[in-house]
Amino acid sequence: MSEALLEVRDLRVEFPTRRGTLVAVDGVSLSIAPGEVLGVVGESGAGKSLTGLAIIGLLEPPGRIAGGEIRLEGARIDNLRGEAIRRIRGRRIGVIFQDPLTSLNPLYTIGRQLTETILTHLDVTAAEARERAIALLREVGIPAPESRIEHYPHQFSGGMRQRVVIALALCAEPRLVIADEPTTALDVSIQAQIIQLLKRLARERGTAVMLITHDMGVIAETADRVAVMYAGRVVEIGPVREVIHAPRHPYTAGLMGSIPKIRAGAARRRERLAQIEGAMPRLTQIPPGCAFNPRCPKRMERCLAERPAPVAAGANRVACWLYG
Amino acid sequence: MASALLRLQEVGRDFDVSRPWLNRLLEGLPREILRAVDGVSFEVRRGETLALVGESGCGKSTVARLIVGLYEPSRGRIEFDGVTLTGARDRAEVRRVRRRMQMIFQDPYASLNPRWRVREVIAEPLRVLGLATSTSEIEARVAELLAQVGLAPEDADKYPHEFSGGQRQRISIARALAGRPEFLVCDEPTSALDVSVQAQILNLMTDLQERLGLTYLFISHNLAVVSHIADRIGVMYLGRIVELATAERLFSRPRHPYTRMLLDAVPDLEMTGKARTPVAGEVPNPLAPPPGCAFHPRCPHATERCRLERPAMRAAGEAQVACHAVEEGRI
Repeated sequence: MSEALLEVRDLRVEFPTRRGTLVAVDGVSLSIAPGEVLGVVGESGAGKSLTGLAIIGLLEPPGRIAGGEIRLEGARIDNLRGEAIRRIRGRRIGVIFQDPLTSLNPLYTIGRQLTETILTHLDVTAAEARERAIALLREVGIPAPESRIEHYPHQFSGGMRQRVVIALALCAEPRLVIADEPTTALDVSIQAQIIQLLKRLARERGTAVMLITHDMGVIAETADRVAVMYAGRVVEIGPVREVIHAPRHPYTAGLMGSIPKIRAGAARRRERLAQIEGAMPRLTQIPPGCAFNPRCPKRMERCLAERPAPVAAGANRVACWLYG
Repeated sequence: MASALLRLQEVGRDFDVSRPWLNRLLEGLPREILRAVDGVSFEVRRGETLALVGESGCGKSTVARLIVGLYEPSRGRIEFDGVTLTGARDRAEVRRVRRRMQMIFQDPYASLNPRWRVREVIAEPLRVLGLATSTSEIEARVAELLAQVGLAPEDADKYPHEFSGGQRQRISIARALAGRPEFLVCDEPTSALDVSVQAQILNLMTDLQERLGLTYLFISHNLAVVSHIADRIGVMYLGRIVELATAERLFSRPRHPYTRMLLDAVPDLEMTGKARTPVAGEVPNPLAPPPGCAFHPRCPHATERCRLERPAMRAAGEAQVACHAVEEGRI
């Protein structure tokens, strides 16, 4: 796709350790168009958060990008260091983390945090920055923003705090927002509100959103396309409806089957959930060939030795020998 | 209908969350009492799974802890198999009864002693309860318990850090089963797990219930999980049960406006594009709960009566609901 806002190709993230190099993200390729929400879903340790951190240049050393390219609006950003990547982060890429309490400075009013960010990135006066901050707070659904702007983070509830974090991420009108588990720390009723908000903002502002989560329900509600990650690799990527209703990769199919669904009716109870035996391998123990092969019900000889490359299967791209 | 194994009557628990005495004196602050649980009544029947659901701070975990005796109730009465556990004179009898219940906690990383081998973790209740004394007896029973939860006998020699989250939760379950309990209180047992592992644990719990005839009280914030495992469900809001019904009933015909709101907020995995009522507002501060019905500030059906008078639990069809609007037939 040429009009992609973000293009990640063959991204590889490594952690050198005393006992050898761990490959935490391995050959990940994905792209996001303006105004599109791309969900990145996977279980803990699948490498979804590290992919996000690599894009914004926040990998914790010794973790490092060991291969591939990341392009934002056509220009490479994976090789930028220090001040250069800092300018992009905040200005062109906004970030929302899981825990709203740690993303906000408890000692400053939210107004100060918002205006400071706006003044850093945009060429406006202090008064304009304040006005902008109030408008943003109103946009993310904070009642009475004129007075709330003087409050400290602890004076907000969890849901309201996450709204402030979203306002903070949007301050400099970034083209891309990376949201890492933005609703995980919130109760369902608040979660639904935040999902609606993210969706609306992406649509109205044409912002591209990379939504990282372990929750398929959140993806179903929000994303246009979804990438499913397993052991550092993208195993399946495609339109969200396709991936959810017609998963092609055995891991995606197993994952969908293992999610409890609310079903009314008498037959519901005692119905066993489909389960995938075993657990995702640790980074030190990723098997050769397809990383999913030890748990895969459709394993073939070939899966043990050769690693499948993503190929087209219907509207999706799937890394599985069933389709190769 | 099976008989009640556990019965709670108007159980309440307060926590004193006041600032220290000197601060209160100097700053002129009042005492602050948090009513974590208030007027909760229900029973769990032999062999069934009763689930309590609600958002954080609704008091569901406090109820779990009151039942197993980790907290003493401030008010009300808890009975297990006809024996009153609260304020009983005969402590020995209470202890005997309590042995018949066990608890499984949410975080399998925090609930296992990292310095103990799995054998010691599982053998401790055997020794404490005097169920097995000789080494060979203990060894055999530990192996049996590990097999029961889908682990290998060799795993007894390992330490908890050598296991994944799901396997650790299996170890917690094996430990809970060591004392041959009839009743398990499970406090968010799968919330810390990935979904494919959660499915394994839920299936395991269902199998164990059938095989060992266990009775479960299952605490969760996840309605989908609860719909899979529970026979009956109690929905809690700000320390009270607002609706109690069979799982079929609750999901096909929710009565209380809060239950409806919770169900509406569950992400729609089937992508039916169903219209949803936007969820409004947040759970109020439990230190200053609204008067009348605690849900009235968020309720689309609230009237003057809801603002003043607290609704009692009443039968509504096959369910029990604490709502004036349901009682008056308005919804």
